[in-house]
Amino acid sequence: MTGSLLQIDNLSVPLPKGADRPFAVQDLSLTLNRSEILCIVGETGSGKSLTALAAMGLLPKNLPRATGRIAFEGTDLLQIPEAERMHLSGRRLAMVFQEPIASLNPVYRVGDQVAEVIGLHSDLSAAQIRQRVLDLFTEVRLPDPQALMRAYPHQLSGGQCQRVMIATALAMDPALLIADEPTTALDVTTQAQILQLMLDLRRQHGTGILFITHDFGVVAEIADRVAVMRHGQLVEIGPAAQILRDPQADYTRQLIAAVPRLDPRPPGRSFGAAVLAATGLTKTYHTRTLFGASRRVEALSKVDISLRRGETLGLVGESGSGKSTLAQCVIRLVQPDKGDVVIDGGTFTGLRGRALREARRRVQIVFQDPYTALDPRQPIGRAVAEGPLIHGLPRAEAWARALDLIAAVGLDPASAKRFPHEFSGGQRQRVCIARALAVRPDLLIADESVSALDVSVQLQVLELLAEMQQQFQFGMLFITHDLRVASRICDRIAVMRRGRIVEEQATQTLFADPKDPYTRDLLAAVPGRDWRDGPRHKEPADG
Amino acid sequence: MKSMQRPGLPVLFAGAILFASVLVALVGNVFTPHAVTDQALLSRLQPPAFMGGQAEFPLGTDRIGRDMVTRLVAGLQMSLSVALMGTLIGAVFGTLVGFAAAHFRGLVEEALMMLVDFQASLPFILIALTLLAFFGNSMVLFVILMGMFGWETYARLARGVVLSARAQPYAKAVEALGAGPGRLYGLHILPNIASALIVQVTLTFPQIILLETSLSFLGLGIQPPNISLGQILGDGRDYLSTAWWISVWPGLLIFLITLSMSILGDALRDRLDPMLKTRTS
Repeated sequence: MTGSLLQIDNLSVPLPKGADRPFAVQDLSLTLNRSEILCIVGETGSGKSLTALAAMGLLPKNLPRATGRIAFEGTDLLQIPEAERMHLSGRRLAMVFQEPIASLNPVYRVGDQVAEVIGLHSDLSAAQIRQRVLDLFTEVRLPDPQALMRAYPHQLSGGQCQRVMIATALAMDPALLIADEPTTALDVTTQAQILQLMLDLRRQHGTGILFITHDFGVVAEIADRVAVMRHGQLVEIGPAAQILRDPQADYTRQLIAAVPRLDPRPPGRSFGAAVLAATGLTKTYHTRTLFGASRRVEALSKVDISLRRGETLGLVGESGSGKSTLAQCVIRLVQPDKGDVVIDGGTFTGLRGRALREARRRVQIVFQDPYTALDPRQPIGRAVAEGPLIHGLPRAEAWARALDLIAAVGLDPASAKRFPHEFSGGQRQRVCIARALAVRPDLLIADESVSALDVSVQLQVLELLAEMQQQFQFGMLFITHDLRVASRICDRIAVMRRGRIVEEQATQTLFADPKDPYTRDLLAAVPGRDWRDGPRHKEPADG
Repeated sequence: MKSMQRPGLPVLFAGAILFASVLVALVGNVFTPHAVTDQALLSRLQPPAFMGGQAEFPLGTDRIGRDMVTRLVAGLQMSLSVALMGTLIGAVFGTLVGFAAAHFRGLVEEALMMLVDFQASLPFILIALTLLAFFGNSMVLFVILMGMFGWETYARLARGVVLSARAQPYAKAVEALGAGPGRLYGLHILPNIASALIVQVTLTFPQIILLETSLSFLGLGIQPPNISLGQILGDGRDYLSTAWWISVWPGLLIFLITLSMSILGDALRDRLDPMLKTRTS
């Protein structure tokens, strides 16, 4: 309970020559006490993950040597020989990564993988190890631990895999747990459970947790203290309450201001004519194994949605709820089994060949990952001009429209001849929006379009979308897993679960008075929702 | 990110050899004093000049006194152009099949891929011998035959990379813009998968040279009065113990060219293959 568990002094991790800055982590000093949760917050490229990797001795081998001191229980982890550190890691310090499914070996049973760690670091008998694994699985609250021990990773959900990873990390009852974005890849309800699990661990075992995240909501849920990093440097460190409510540094203030809040858009905007009417959309996937056993997944079952000009309909749901399938059916990148899509009064579902290609102008999509959504070998100006060209605009006019749009989305028209890899993620997403808008669509589908972006960029892109909607009056189908984002931009929200819409309401009504129990669960799971509204109910650090 | 490493010594060497071969094939016969068919019966089976032969025939002469240098240049011309044509035909045809399979899916894909499997499980040399036996040997037929070699690898490769490229969001975005298949495949997918195909070309080219050589060696390939390296090699068969140079020079050339092409192909793959690229960066 006393003294620091991990003390980092003047840690610098140099980058190889030719990188965008000389140090990935520069002159970083911080301490983590026993049974304390310290959150390191930062945006992409802030060096927060490398700090964690440095502590675990897992820095990429192609980086120059790190300098400074990382003292763990008095031992400098940077100085001790490899063998000694390997002995420590797994035993006294353990790590949980972002991608739980990728961190497990797919060809071994999960029980055996946890047992392996225990076997490596102790001389328990096989039966004792089995018992220990069972205890751990029970402790991380995996359902039916007996049966799950014999399961393979692909048979578990993402949340269950992360629980197995946490069980592995806890196998030797470490003093320090480093968690690198452990909940980022999970659904909100699962995330809430994992965060609760972390809090319980700290209370029961006194584990010190170094928790790396980009999400201030998560920080508000679990952090005792917060360190904010930017460009490899520590911006500010302090108790969670102080950082969250009264940040000192400008950068922290900007970050916190950019965090999407549950801030339902007020009703009362007026909309134009109906632009989308989808009725009875149904899509069933059949997966067949090698031996003919087939599994039916109802991705969509009899879904109806409608949308008017200038209106934004949010589709909210967890992974596998069918929200992306719905979008792909509306835009006909996937053919629905049943149901009709009517866009602007014209049927869209029955069209084929040339007629379909003509009609595609009316509905456009912006994808989640801006890094794969642009042809890497096409300059961005040509990407934006391509749609108008396809639909018969003369070359010069198409180019002029592309330049206009590039300027409208906040990029320099002079950069039109540059290739996608020369732009940042947020800039690329702007290009994608420009490309979609270049054909003057009546309906724009934003499929998790801001999910892959940093919060500050997220906010800008959301504002851009709203502004463009104001200007062009298209209907927008906004798909997201993040209720906070949805609340800000959507006029109505439809909550999806298992291929059905469980509840559809005007945004304000939905947040004020959710009818469906699942909606209530989703709302309750939003991280950090109490943070701005009232005092936080959190366990004291010493439990 | 784009730190271009200097190519290593073997790669430079391979490049130099290929460049020199092409140059010799293009302009070499300008400098040779003899015509390909000139016979000098008094100078039959002359050893190379540096082994006591005549200065007039630097690399020796064959069994009817024809200059080896002249014949090698002509053979090189023929071998390279046949291999080039063959590679091109195979690459274009195979790639088209692959694109078609990936575009149509379903029955078309299964039929095409069945054809690919069919081709892949027949020894090509047997097909070649059968066709040549039935249809006789003509230059056109021979080149087409070379083109048939290896198309199935292109088809398989192209189908795979096209399928994965089509699943990329950028391809879907282009489709959603209303682009037809021509624009989608020609302007977006082909440039993005071209590197994989180019690497494959460098792998098939040496194989085709070897195939042409083997067939010509057996007397089933390029027929006189045309000359190819394999044919010269075959000519020297009976004289290996007395006039080794007739076979060794063309053999050496074939060896150097195929080896250089393979080295260049490997280097290209290291540079172009996205899988390997992410590993080194």
